[in-house]
Amino acid sequence: MVAERSKGVAVSIAMHMSDGLINAPTSGVFWAIAVIGLAVSFYKARQDLTDRTAPMAGLVAAFVFAVQMINFPILPGASGHLLGGALVAILVGPWVGSICIALVLAVQALLFADGGLTALGTNIINMAFIGLFVSWGVAVALRRLAQRGGVGLAATAFLAAFIGVVGASLGFVLEYAIGGAGVTSLGTVFSLMVGLHALIGIGEGIITALTVGAVAAIRPDLVYLLRGAPQDLQLRGARQPEGSSS
Amino acid sequence: MTQPTTQQGKRQAVFLIGFLLVALLVAGVLSYLASSSPDGLDTVALEGCEVTETDAGEEELTGECIAKDAADSPVAGSPFADYGVGGNSSLVGLAGVVGVLVTALIGGGLFWLIRRRSGGSSDDSS
Repeated sequence: MVAERSKGVAVSIAMHMSDGLINAPTSGVFWAIAVIGLAVSFYKARQDLTDRTAPMAGLVAAFVFAVQMINFPILPGASGHLLGGALVAILVGPWVGSICIALVLAVQALLFADGGLTALGTNIINMAFIGLFVSWGVAVALRRLAQRGGVGLAATAFLAAFIGVVGASLGFVLEYAIGGAGVTSLGTVFSLMVGLHALIGIGEGIITALTVGAVAAIRPDLVYLLRGAPQDLQLRGARQPEGSSS
Repeated sequence: MTQPTTQQGKRQAVFLIGFLLVALLVAGVLSYLASSSPDGLDTVALEGCEVTETDAGEEELTGECIAKDAADSPVAGSPFADYGVGGNSSLVGLAGVVGVLVTALIGGGLFWLIRRRSGGSSDDSS
């Protein structure tokens, strides 16, 4: 039985991994992987950032920060909140998107004491990379469906978000398996994480479908997933000497 | 490039301001409706523990659970810790507005600095 944890304070707003859930060496390794991942993201993101998309990307990060504050009930005594991986990947692409999520997590950890500093690496890996890229994989696989119109795009966004959240929750299970500091059995952690995050994934799916749908209705040109072939492929084609004169 | 750039720019600005206002509204107002139950990860971390409140209003964990090993954030003394303002949890909306603006400024600035500058204004006409 889980009671509300302190008077008045909405302690569960967002709430990412604290320090001490995963031992220090494991947290260090995941910090290092997160830094390498972000370096790759920065390198790749440049290609997707223009005068038009750069301001949009900053606002997408701010929007994810805002929506992560809204914990919605999933079971009596348990809530969930947006992770945002699918949302950012579909709107601004996976590379820019991973920087958006990492920025949100850093602001939360440094300014709002939400999530530990040692644990920031694992939080970034789970939400900015594992969850996000699982979502992106689903979204790319369903791109034809998404390009068919409103319902197709909403369905794609929902599925990408739902599967991505479960993927992100498995990130924690992996880290707990390697360096978990607690006494709870791995099997219990696995089944609880996946079960709860399947429910959270429904909420994530609805929020993602509504947001992506709204942006697509107003400015479809700002939805990264709908822009067809990745830009680097277009550029590679344009560089071929046999190509057209421009 | 058939459309005048000023009109495009205006349309872009209206959209971005609208997007920012929605984020501010969510963080500043909707945040008061957020569930105060522990989230998915927190629920798993608390599995096996009972949460009780001490007379001082602090939470205390009894039993064995993952959260028992959890440490307070090193920045737990931050003025905006736990989405309050100076320890006042009724100002969650203000904390949210600060968070949205800080994220938008850092994110927007960062992405603007590393953006692709070559090719002029027609480079992103896809």
